[in-house]
Amino acid sequence: MEKKKKLDAKEGQRLLHQMILIRRFEEKSAEEYTKSKIRGFLHLYVGEEAVAVGVIQALTEEDNVLSTYREHGHALARGVDPKAIMAEMYGKLEGCSKGRGGSMHLFDATKNFFGGNAIVSGHLPIAVGMALAAKKQKKNKVTCCFFGDGAAAEGEFHESMNLSALWQVPVLFVCENNLYAMGTAIRFTHSVQQLEKKGPAYGIESAAVDGMDLLAVMEAAEKAVKMIRETGKPYYLVCNTYRFRAHSMFDAELYREKSEVEEWKKKDPIPKFQDFLLKENLISAGQIAEIETAVEEEIRKAIAFGEDGTWEETGDLTRFVYSETQSI
Amino acid sequence: MSDLIKITYREAIKQAILESMQKDDRVFLMGEDVGNYGGAFAVSKGLLKEFGPDRIMDVPLSESGFTGAGIGAALAGMRPIVEVMTVNFSLLAMDQIFNNAATLLHMSGGQLNVPIVIRMGCGIGRQLAAQHSHSWEPFFAHVPGLIVLSAGTHEDARGMLLSALQSPDPVIIFEYTAMLNLEKEIPSDSGAVEITKAKVHREGKDISLITYGAGVYKCMEAAVSLAAEGIDAEVIDLRVLRPMDEETFLASVRKTHRALVVEEAWKSVSISSEVVSRIMEKAFFDLDAPVERLCGVEVPIPYPKHLEDASVPQVMDIVDKVKKMLRP
Ligand SMILES: Cc1ncc(C[n+]2csc(CCOP(=O)(O)OP(=O)(O)O)c2C)c(N)n1
Ligand SMILES: [Mg+2]
Repeated sequence: MEKKKKLDAKEGQRLLHQMILIRRFEEKSAEEYTKSKIRGFLHLYVGEEAVAVGVIQALTEEDNVLSTYREHGHALARGVDPKAIMAEMYGKLEGCSKGRGGSMHLFDATKNFFGGNAIVSGHLPIAVGMALAAKKQKKNKVTCCFFGDGAAAEGEFHESMNLSALWQVPVLFVCENNLYAMGTAIRFTHSVQQLEKKGPAYGIESAAVDGMDLLAVMEAAEKAVKMIRETGKPYYLVCNTYRFRAHSMFDAELYREKSEVEEWKKKDPIPKFQDFLLKENLISAGQIAEIETAVEEEIRKAIAFGEDGTWEETGDLTRFVYSETQSI
Repeated sequence: MSDLIKITYREAIKQAILESMQKDDRVFLMGEDVGNYGGAFAVSKGLLKEFGPDRIMDVPLSESGFTGAGIGAALAGMRPIVEVMTVNFSLLAMDQIFNNAATLLHMSGGQLNVPIVIRMGCGIGRQLAAQHSHSWEPFFAHVPGLIVLSAGTHEDARGMLLSALQSPDPVIIFEYTAMLNLEKEIPSDSGAVEITKAKVHREGKDISLITYGAGVYKCMEAAVSLAAEGIDAEVIDLRVLRPMDEETFLASVRKTHRALVVEEAWKSVSISSEVVSRIMEKAFFDLDAPVERLCGVEVPIPYPKHLEDASVPQVMDIVDKVKKMLRP
């Protein structure tokens, strides 16, 4: 194991800010959903913040990121504008996908953020292809692909693992193992529940990490990305985590005990990282309060931006079915 | 006539599952989240407790795998009901359904029956955006060897499953998710239904409205509005999309001399394309005017409500269209 890199105060505060932003953004989204401002399916990332933040900080702006329908956290950690995300969920033209996609389909090509993919496991082959392109183009570019424990049961997961190793392409598979695929616990969906064991079968270097611990995720992700950059090979990182809230807004959570959720809440990644920063004198209580205030303001602006956004003309319904340019 | 009872579409499906499992111990239900979660749309809520995990089987996200396993179990003497959560995910199981379920009887020279029933939620209207709003009825209806049913009414939501389980051949049942909470009256003793014929839900003399699925109640509603304006529309629910019962709608067209076909699926190469072709082939000289169609606009379904609504025919669109056809 590499020695723990010393985190400087500025970086530590930036990462805490990101985690708090994600947490508050999700809480606000739930509220907006109950007010019917946001519709469709809404999947929240509360509890899993350390994964997106810890992994994405290890990437450069040139790297690619792909995610699932539970992707607000990844988008925010990637630097997609919270205003554009909220406007997207409001269905407004100013949204990051022009309102066409909603919560499950956030895209921002300027940030190399490629969704927002709502067919479970459907984006894994795409990630392999993006990594293949980087290899062909001799670009030093890592493609990072987030997915869930449920996704790892799909054929596309296994095909993608094999292809990436066969072709030796620079892809980082990040499995967010939150122990449930919708309401089905991992013991009902995987014969081998240590999901990291599936990597070596394909000749892929793999590791598992405590996904509730930002520092651990950072270290594991940095190691993985370093290996990928040096060798051009794929890497598989399993982050063991937990979602504190329901699968989506339609979920009555009949499949798990409240006490189990409460147990996991004790491992909340945000207070944990906050305490670390305080203990190391990398932040003061006052600075934490400032972050909370700044986040509140960002979210207030995001909501206002969504509210003020415009509805697309119905006459434009069939835009973007085919390209508006003749060549690219 | 027996008494009428009020029932939701969800409860109608659930009663059919319950009844068929009680009657025949070869029947079992498998699908994602059918057990512990209670069904993605709460259709199978409580059934796990009643029948246990051998007969209410939660399966991993492995659509191709478990649908194929359902086919295997059917070959080997069971009567599986495979629930594919929604039609959108059935694309991952297409190979099993088209290459195996639909061909084994023929390829084996009549030796192998595949008495499987595959149910899936479908339909548009809940702001779920492009990947979760597909209308794939035309795909399935294209394939010889399958029996493809569309449950556009509560009676069919209950009865089709009971009948399908008696079929020696693979049956696909489309269930319309947006109707799950809708309450309607059905005869208290309503049970197995005919699954070879279309149905005239309302007799009329001026025009034939030919539809299926989510179009059925919409056309019935349109017919009521039209009646108030002195237009007497006949409403035909195709119900069986394959093998298609043409006699029912041809007879109707021979009586009314006009037809409008209504469906939510994209217009090109659709169910309505087939209906119109058959009218042209077999009832052309009975027509007083060209047959017309109202179909889904050819766009991946967008998230915002106003654009989603504009993507598929609404009751008012049907009313307006009929008026234009009859009073140009
Ligand atoms: C192919 C496919 N099957 C089913 C679904 C419905 N569905 C959406 S999310 C989900 C659970 C996925 O679980 P997991 O991969 O663990 O991700 P998590 O939601 O826990 O983050 C299911 C079954 C889907 N979207 N795509
Ligand atoms: Mg999961």
